[in-house]
Amino acid sequence: MKTVKRESRRDFLKAAGLTAGGLFIGFNWSSCDSPKVEVLSTEQVLANAKNFNAYLSIAPSGDVVIYSPNPELGQNIKTSFPMVVAEELDADWSKVRVLQANLDTEKYDRQLTGGSGAMPHSWERLRKAGATAKYVLVAAAAKAWNVPAEEISVENGIISHKGSGKSGHFGEFVGEAAQMETPEEVTLKDKKDFKIIGTPVKNVDAREIYTGKPLFGLDFYREGMKHAMVQRAPFGMKIKSVEDGAARAVAGVTDVVTFGNSVAVVGDSTWPLLKAKKLLRVEYEPDGTVESTADHDRIFQDLIANGKAEVRREDGNVKSAFANAAKVVSAEYQCPFLAHSPMEPENFFAHVQGDRCELIGPTQTPDRARQTAAQILGIPAENLTVEITRLGGGFGRRLRADFVEEAVHISKAINAPVKLTWSREDELTGGAYRPAVRYRFEAALDESGTMIGYKLRGVGMNAGNSTRENNFPSGAVDNLLIENINYDSSITTNAWRAPITNFLAYAEQSFLDEVALEAGKDPVAFRLELLDRAKNNPVGRLGYDVDRMIGVVKTAAEKSNWGKNSNVKQGFSVYFSHRSYVAQVADIEMEGGSPVLKKITAVTDCGMVVNPTGANHQVRGGIVDGMGHAMYTNLTFENGVPKQRNYDLYRLIRMKEVPEIETHFVDSGYDPTGLGEPALPPTGGAIANAIFAATGRRLRSQPFIEQKEFSDVKLEIRRS
Amino acid sequence: MASFNLKVNGKSHQVDVEDDTPLLWVLRDHLGLVGTKFSCGIAQCGACTVHLNGNPTFSCVTPISSVGNSEVTTIEGLSENGDHPVQKAWEEVDVAQCGYCQGGQIMQAVAFLKQNPNPSMEEIDNAMNRNICRCGTYHKIREAVAEAAKNM
Ligand code: FES
Ligand code: FES
Repeated sequence: MKTVKRESRRDFLKAAGLTAGGLFIGFNWSSCDSPKVEVLSTEQVLANAKNFNAYLSIAPSGDVVIYSPNPELGQNIKTSFPMVVAEELDADWSKVRVLQANLDTEKYDRQLTGGSGAMPHSWERLRKAGATAKYVLVAAAAKAWNVPAEEISVENGIISHKGSGKSGHFGEFVGEAAQMETPEEVTLKDKKDFKIIGTPVKNVDAREIYTGKPLFGLDFYREGMKHAMVQRAPFGMKIKSVEDGAARAVAGVTDVVTFGNSVAVVGDSTWPLLKAKKLLRVEYEPDGTVESTADHDRIFQDLIANGKAEVRREDGNVKSAFANAAKVVSAEYQCPFLAHSPMEPENFFAHVQGDRCELIGPTQTPDRARQTAAQILGIPAENLTVEITRLGGGFGRRLRADFVEEAVHISKAINAPVKLTWSREDELTGGAYRPAVRYRFEAALDESGTMIGYKLRGVGMNAGNSTRENNFPSGAVDNLLIENINYDSSITTNAWRAPITNFLAYAEQSFLDEVALEAGKDPVAFRLELLDRAKNNPVGRLGYDVDRMIGVVKTAAEKSNWGKNSNVKQGFSVYFSHRSYVAQVADIEMEGGSPVLKKITAVTDCGMVVNPTGANHQVRGGIVDGMGHAMYTNLTFENGVPKQRNYDLYRLIRMKEVPEIETHFVDSGYDPTGLGEPALPPTGGAIANAIFAATGRRLRSQPFIEQKEFSDVKLEIRRS
Repeated sequence: MASFNLKVNGKSHQVDVEDDTPLLWVLRDHLGLVGTKFSCGIAQCGACTVHLNGNPTFSCVTPISSVGNSEVTTIEGLSENGDHPVQKAWEEVDVAQCGYCQGGQIMQAVAFLKQNPNPSMEEIDNAMNRNICRCGTYHKIREAVAEAAKNM
């Protein structure tokens, strides 16, 4: 049986080739503390220096190792963060390695992956860590050579002094450098001198991934552990009775455990559990509201029309603007529930032993995993350890700890180490979805086609605020009203890649297209006119940078040859989320009278691009994700139970359904901002607007393929 | 329970399991070969793709009793040092995001290129349409298959 490799600090020292000596720099790359950077000794690192969650070490061999505590789920943080450190250090990238830390949550304040926030948050501290290491190395060389530090230069891991002709690699100076004082302030490089940042650097885990090494949570096995799978109650229901005789009779099943409204089958391997689960006879009874999709549709209609709304923003006099309008445009948009559906289903290993507990698996929030488990067990948090594995996708699903809870309950009940595995059916029916939402938009136009009034009412389910009241077009319209209504659903929901904006952007950008058409204006010109207003004479507070938005709009129009070819029907969309700006144009070409979706052009302003390979990945991946869910995916409920239980009915986008995607990045001179999410929100709108341009069909609900407006649109998707 | 003799990656193994146990779970739970992934379990996503006598097969729906004398190849057995031309192309093109689907993608691509060493882009799309990548790395998968075709 294999086990995934565990890295303790001692292992780290070994892997870094450092049992004694070497240079350690302690720094934080995800905590909220001030970006303090310090030179540390081996003893301090081993003693678990409290103030640092990341270490940069340089071995006497010159090898540079960075010890990373953050979950990696495909956002490429494990590659891009070290690039930033190596840049300021002027390291030889081929000598840099990254180790995933064994999560030691007792010592750290905040370790999570989510919100596209890691790079903006850590940018400066990573640079400081690298620059500090370089500073002490240079100081050590200056001392050894008896020359002024200012005359020393560093390139590619080599320190040299021109005047004396002396040079040496990092490793030669680590002993001395470890004795040097850390400066109060370090000078960071001018961005134009960057040599690693901005170049395409490959995934540091590539070899392990492509040879099938045990990297993921589901790959974790330990001698003597049990396996478990869980049957969960429909939403709004509780267990009435459990008949588990047939399940227990399956060869290989060792136990059936009931906790809360869940029933777990336990055994020595996975297959018997998949069989036994089907043989469980569990009767449920209502415990609150039991909802179906038809109920949701009714609730939405009712709340949009009659609900009592919370006003999120009000500018000017909306009532009189609409009363005096030459034309009023209105439309409603709705999306369904969605599952996150990471390719690696939820899973976790737990071993409860008396008042201690060991947890291992894929989580975006190890600290939440620990806290949740501690609470269930009634033990102090420091009695738990959490080890993080690579994550086979997250999309927000692994921000929750429900699967950790289950593993802990089961391990406790059977008094043995256990790995809990969710099946795909569990993943699709087990909850924590992107909730359905409905929006009503209204726009008032004056004689000249200027938008003088704008209203948005959002109804969300467990969504909190389903609007983004300070986003475009707020600030560009004199009279504006943004309202929110929340409905408490018994179906569990959770953040899903680009929360709220993953659908709001589509609805808004499609609606603005409708308004532009009614105003008799080109969709790009119409947006630019609004942005111009927001720039020169803004109304109220702006939640976005108008110049950066104008920048991506203009560049996208230019790169896509907007409006230049009458045989290409185009759809435009632009959105600001997670601190980045993305404009997209979808191209549908008419071939023999039939529409063929050929290409999406995306222009992104995420500040400086750290790794063009990773950036391209995130933009194209976001677009494929946004397109797939807008086009194909639906999750509906019947009496608290989802009807789409696996990929045969829950349709995900495939290879043949992706058009060409052309990506461009605008260099606005800003520090890097988020990229895991911002490319997704604009995609649905660009495609819907292109479909309208090509066919005259306006799609106001998702998924497109299930809308009656789309039923006779024979849209092909083909790369030319 | 029954006893089965399996040939996996050139080695013989004996396992005692129920005869409806899918090859996927034999590989993962009984032989410790976890490079073959579980994702849908119903022949929809391709994460569990292995080769049976060189043919791409969804191991999640292949009962152990049907494997017989077939040579099973998993991602771990594709090459000695991870240097199969397809693996190298995947590295060169830098395909993975989360990486979970990629073992299955590579196995699909290897089998396909053996049958069709000079594929058109359209043929690549058709062959690779069997495998889902939730991270959306389709453009890179396509590029990597074309790249591998050049070097095989
Ligand atoms: S796990 Fe076998 S095809 Fe999905
Ligand atoms: S790389 Fe994540 S599922 Fe394909």
